[in-house]
Amino acid sequence: MLKQYSFEKTAVQTFAGNVSLAMRTENLQVFYGANHAMHDADLGFPKNQITALIGASGSGKSTYLRSLNRMNDGIATVTGKIWYHDVDINEPNVNIYEIRRHIGMVFQRPNPFAKSIRENIVYALKANGIKGKAELEERVETSLKGAALWDEVKDSLDKSALALSGGQQQRLCIARSIAMEPDVLLLDEPCSALDPISTVKVEETLLQLQKKYSIIIVTHNMQQAARVSSQCAFFHLGHVMEYTPTATMFSNPQIPATQDYISGSFG
Amino acid sequence: MGAKRTDFIATVIINLIVAAVVGILIFLLAYILIAGLPHVSWSFLTGTTDAFSGAGGIGVQLFNSFYLLVLTMLISIPISLGAGIYLAEYAKDNWRTSLIRSAIEVLSSLPSVVVGLFGFLLFVVKFKIGFSVISGAIALTFFNLPLLTRNIEESLSAVPRNQREAGLSLGLSKWKTEIGIILPVALPGIVTGIVLSAGRVFGEAAALIYTAGQSAPVTNFADWNPMDAASPLNPFRPAETLAVHIWKVNTEGLASNASQLSAAASAVLIIAVLLFNLGARVLGNFLYRRVTASK
Amino acid sequence: MEQTNFQLKKQDAQSHEWDVRLHRATRATREDWLGRGISYLCIGVIILVVASMLWFITSKGIATFTQNHVSLWKFLSGTNWAPDQGNIGALPMIVGSFAVTFAAAIVATPFAVGTAIFMTEISPNKGRKVLQPVIELLVGIPSVVYGFIGLAVVVPFMRHLVGGSGFGIISATFVLFVMVLPTITTMTVDSLRAVPRHYKEASLALGATRWQTVSRVILRSATPGILTAVIFGMARAFGEALAVQMVIGNAAIMPKNLISPASTLTSQLTTGIGDTIDGTLPNNALWSLALILLLMSLFFNALVRFIAKRGQLKNGR
Repeated sequence: MLKQYSFEKTAVQTFAGNVSLAMRTENLQVFYGANHAMHDADLGFPKNQITALIGASGSGKSTYLRSLNRMNDGIATVTGKIWYHDVDINEPNVNIYEIRRHIGMVFQRPNPFAKSIRENIVYALKANGIKGKAELEERVETSLKGAALWDEVKDSLDKSALALSGGQQQRLCIARSIAMEPDVLLLDEPCSALDPISTVKVEETLLQLQKKYSIIIVTHNMQQAARVSSQCAFFHLGHVMEYTPTATMFSNPQIPATQDYISGSFG
Repeated sequence: MGAKRTDFIATVIINLIVAAVVGILIFLLAYILIAGLPHVSWSFLTGTTDAFSGAGGIGVQLFNSFYLLVLTMLISIPISLGAGIYLAEYAKDNWRTSLIRSAIEVLSSLPSVVVGLFGFLLFVVKFKIGFSVISGAIALTFFNLPLLTRNIEESLSAVPRNQREAGLSLGLSKWKTEIGIILPVALPGIVTGIVLSAGRVFGEAAALIYTAGQSAPVTNFADWNPMDAASPLNPFRPAETLAVHIWKVNTEGLASNASQLSAAASAVLIIAVLLFNLGARVLGNFLYRRVTASK
Repeated sequence: MEQTNFQLKKQDAQSHEWDVRLHRATRATREDWLGRGISYLCIGVIILVVASMLWFITSKGIATFTQNHVSLWKFLSGTNWAPDQGNIGALPMIVGSFAVTFAAAIVATPFAVGTAIFMTEISPNKGRKVLQPVIELLVGIPSVVYGFIGLAVVVPFMRHLVGGSGFGIISATFVLFVMVLPTITTMTVDSLRAVPRHYKEASLALGATRWQTVSRVILRSATPGILTAVIFGMARAFGEALAVQMVIGNAAIMPKNLISPASTLTSQLTTGIGDTIDGTLPNNALWSLALILLLMSLFFNALVRFIAKRGQLKNGR
């Protein structure tokens, strides 16, 4: 029997004016048809930090994340506001392709293109008009280095990306996203399909990347949230229950639901 | 005891049925090849037909079949690619889409003779183009579009959704994602479908009798200017194909050796279709290995 | 903890710049317009083809009744077909078409179902390696080749066996049987494969023999699928023109038996349409036959849909 928690009693932090935010949502709601999957999410994401979204499966954390770069278009109805550089990017008339260039995304299952490693990275760059050979080469190298994959693949850039291991494929997907030089990187359970060693590598990569990017990561793995994130939001049945600095959440959870989830006595 | 016995008898009957089906195919192929191949010679393959009796070689018909096939594919591949992309990517799940799907289904289930008659009505009677390569190619396109469209849609939809998401999340347009990312992955299935449909088009006769016509005027194979009346490439000349030729020789032909002639022509037709089938398999597997980078 | 400074929108130049950047059309937007345009155009072409096909054939097909004032009932029930003398009785062709269609389906169905059971239940391995290619080759053989073999083998055979010319419904049935066999087999295989594995396992676990399992469990739950397969086969047989036309004898008279020359809608169309003049009664009458073909094709289509819908209801979906 699942315990009932009051959705009235939540602890969601807001940030003072001196903290600059990469993105912020206001009254964000998501509906799949008649199913109300996400209620009133008001979250701000500080620049150059890693924010973790945690919660059980079905808690709405992935749904929320996918709304942030409009990947839910055509799948779900998203209402409310998503502020990015003082622009509400949830309006219908914004250019979603431009948004996604600035807000990149890495998915649960590694999904490299059925192309060479090099082509995986340069394909979208070329499509965006970057033509110079030297510049493309440079982007390939920096992005692969950024994703800590360069040393492993630098001699086989023309090999098919599908020949890489799962962990390498996922880091290639990260490299592919950061090659676009986005502001924000959204990661949807990026390690759930990976083995522990690959997971450590990806986590190390993320800790490096936060110097340049603002990162929002969905994970069902609490240890991972504790290891990598600075802020942590706990989702439960489509509600944000608690949003606090990660240290606070794990040492001193503010509400019973979080307490139970963290201690493992959930439900 | 009774149940075991019934089981045994049923198994025996089913095995007999299967043997009969395999036997029918072997008989068909053996008959055509044995009756036909001895009469297939270089002069038969390249020679011209006597317009009155229908006797003689099948050079022009063979060329016509390939020429019509190429034209048909040139017209139908782009259209069905666009339509397939529409159905796989842009179509929403609503009544309009299901109406469109029904229309395609209706087109694919129409008898080819009806499609041919429509082509006849439109091009020969209404537009007065006459029996011609181009009328035939368009009629074959009508006949080919629904199958090719469905094949392309299925191949595109079979590509995992996460490939689409990867493209979109990088800021690529839907179109670019479909053409640049999804299409290459779907290519093995699409190519297999195209080659198989080529075999079907190559053997089709009913749609052509009243569109491309039943006569194969001797053409000048030294003249490759499509505008010249005598050029084999002229799209406005009548063009009896190999399949139509077989029908014509058998129903209206006056050649004394009609049976040998059509056996030989059938053998050529069957071999061509077999090659298309084999080609589809080989090409599909080859492309699949390239796309998935597996050895 | 106020967020006031974030509400101060669009005041500095920078945020205005972002406002413009995120709203303007880019290359990707233009590509999408283009792609949308191209794919809508292509689907539009197909819809146009279907619509004009239905329209033209219908308008030509009803001219016999609207312009030549032949009564519909006379057309459907008359047995005398001599259009140049004004006798428009299409019943011989209608009967011929239905006769060959049903006969071919009746002969082909046991063969198709047997082959499909072999491929799915008895020896899936041989099924894949041997029968799959066999079926594909049977599909691949062009209909004129079937017609030619019918003419060269089946017709003389029937002539020897029962006398007469050898042309007739039975020869057409033979040819059509082979032609619809792969269609029915392939679709039956699909519907047998769609039967949940646990049905079969449960039956076998209860001690039923393989045949009991196949006949009482698998065939029963695959019945709508097999029915659909047979209808598809019948649609193909009904619409087949040249192979039938080559072996049936093309006599537009009521078939008295299975071994005398008869004709079908398709065979009459193939032989006749080139010899008549557009707009005359003989020509219009042939278009009316084409209209029957079209309507039957639509009917088969609707029937398949109906069965599919009922199947879904039964499964509680």
